[in-house]
Amino acid sequence: MGLDFSVVPGFFGSLLTGAGWTIAITVCAGILSFFGGIVFAVIALYGHWALRLPVRVFAFLFMGTPLLLQLFLIYFGLIQVGIDLPAFAAGVIGLGLHFAVYNSELIQASILAVDQGQYEGARTLGLSRGQTLRRIVIPQAVRAVIPPMGNNMIALLKDSALVSVIGVMELTLAAQQAISRTYRPFEFYLAAAFCYYIINLALEAVLRHLERRIAASR
Amino acid sequence: MLDHTAAQAFVTIKNAAKSYGTLEVLKNINLSVERGQIVAIIGPSGSGKSTLLRAINELDPLTSGEVWLEGVQINRKLPPRQYEAHVNQVRQDIGMVFQHFNLFPHLTVRGNITLAPRMLKGLSEAQANALAVEQLAKVGLSDKIDEYPSRLSGGQKQRVAIARALAMKPKVMLFDEATSALDPELVEEVNLVMKQLAEEHMTMIIVTHEMDFAASVCDRVLFMDQGVVVEEGPPSVMFQNPTQERTRNFLRKHLSR
Repeated sequence: MGLDFSVVPGFFGSLLTGAGWTIAITVCAGILSFFGGIVFAVIALYGHWALRLPVRVFAFLFMGTPLLLQLFLIYFGLIQVGIDLPAFAAGVIGLGLHFAVYNSELIQASILAVDQGQYEGARTLGLSRGQTLRRIVIPQAVRAVIPPMGNNMIALLKDSALVSVIGVMELTLAAQQAISRTYRPFEFYLAAAFCYYIINLALEAVLRHLERRIAASR
Repeated sequence: MLDHTAAQAFVTIKNAAKSYGTLEVLKNINLSVERGQIVAIIGPSGSGKSTLLRAINELDPLTSGEVWLEGVQINRKLPPRQYEAHVNQVRQDIGMVFQHFNLFPHLTVRGNITLAPRMLKGLSEAQANALAVEQLAKVGLSDKIDEYPSRLSGGQKQRVAIARALAMKPKVMLFDEATSALDPELVEEVNLVMKQLAEEHMTMIIVTHEMDFAASVCDRVLFMDQGVVVEEGPPSVMFQNPTQERTRNFLRKHLSR
């Protein structure tokens, strides 16, 4: 049986909708992982031990177990304790927290790399520790971390395919459904791959633009 | 808080000592600076002059001794929380300029100057802006207000750092080797700004390696070595006719004349 891509245009709409959901989940989880990463990093470095300890355990669990399992746990497991999340929300939370842990590692290193002179410059003006952290140190740490964090965002985009298993109708699941109707896996998986590639190019362009914009302010 | 017996001078340092473990970096130092006075601290590296300067605003707290500014003890012994609040408050009155500028690279020149006045003194954006314009004009960098520090030369960075400190309307300015990191041709523009401040009778304590500058601007010169003030006096005496052998040795190596 040869390849026949003429079946693909018929499912163009559902693939496009799937791509839309992939973008939505990536953007939402990306934002959660960014701010979550900052919060975790600050707690890990400066938090009271009563906060630091659970965050460390949490980070250890999220780094040491499969993302797929984490998604199952959040979507199916939490129902048992009365938390019934919509699939999209469960996907965003799972992906977001998972990558927040990785971003936190980057941000911690980047906070520690901020020059001591920056603290002295801020403290001599009369800024408190907290103000110095918020207004001087973290903004600089975040700028320094945008290139490596961009790599995490690209990984997040690709791993968003995993939320198909909890029923979010994103790109991979849209392709699978088209396949179940047409029995044309090669064509549709390839079409989905092409869509991921295009989204990835767009994401990289956004990251490059960000890097250029912050170049002068570093 | 006010103790008039202890606060005769504008800035008073009494029996200042500091040690790291067994290493004594400051030994029983006393210093009084009157309002509007300009004092230079000179001495070989490792003599403790920067440590003394940094003790004045609690960047490097003393092991023992007292620092007073206008009747307020800077290094009061307080419980941690109150100490933090107290130090943050008094530091607003003490401008400091560093060897490596310590400008905030993620903020424009305007942002660098307006940050602290807006956050700590509650100035509106317009008020803070006017302040930035005014201070930048003073250091001759009005056209750089929207640049990021990375676009400035070392001399320009240091002038912005001075403008940033002045925007807090400090009672005293501390200069910690403000020109040591600059290319020789950029030193003069910073010195000019400092001279201008001197003419406006800003109280200044200046740690410097530049003897010519100290001689031409300062009212008093302290020579420090191995954690003690070896000798002090007006520049005419200190540079022409010092009494101590250690001072003479140091100046022989550092005076161009």
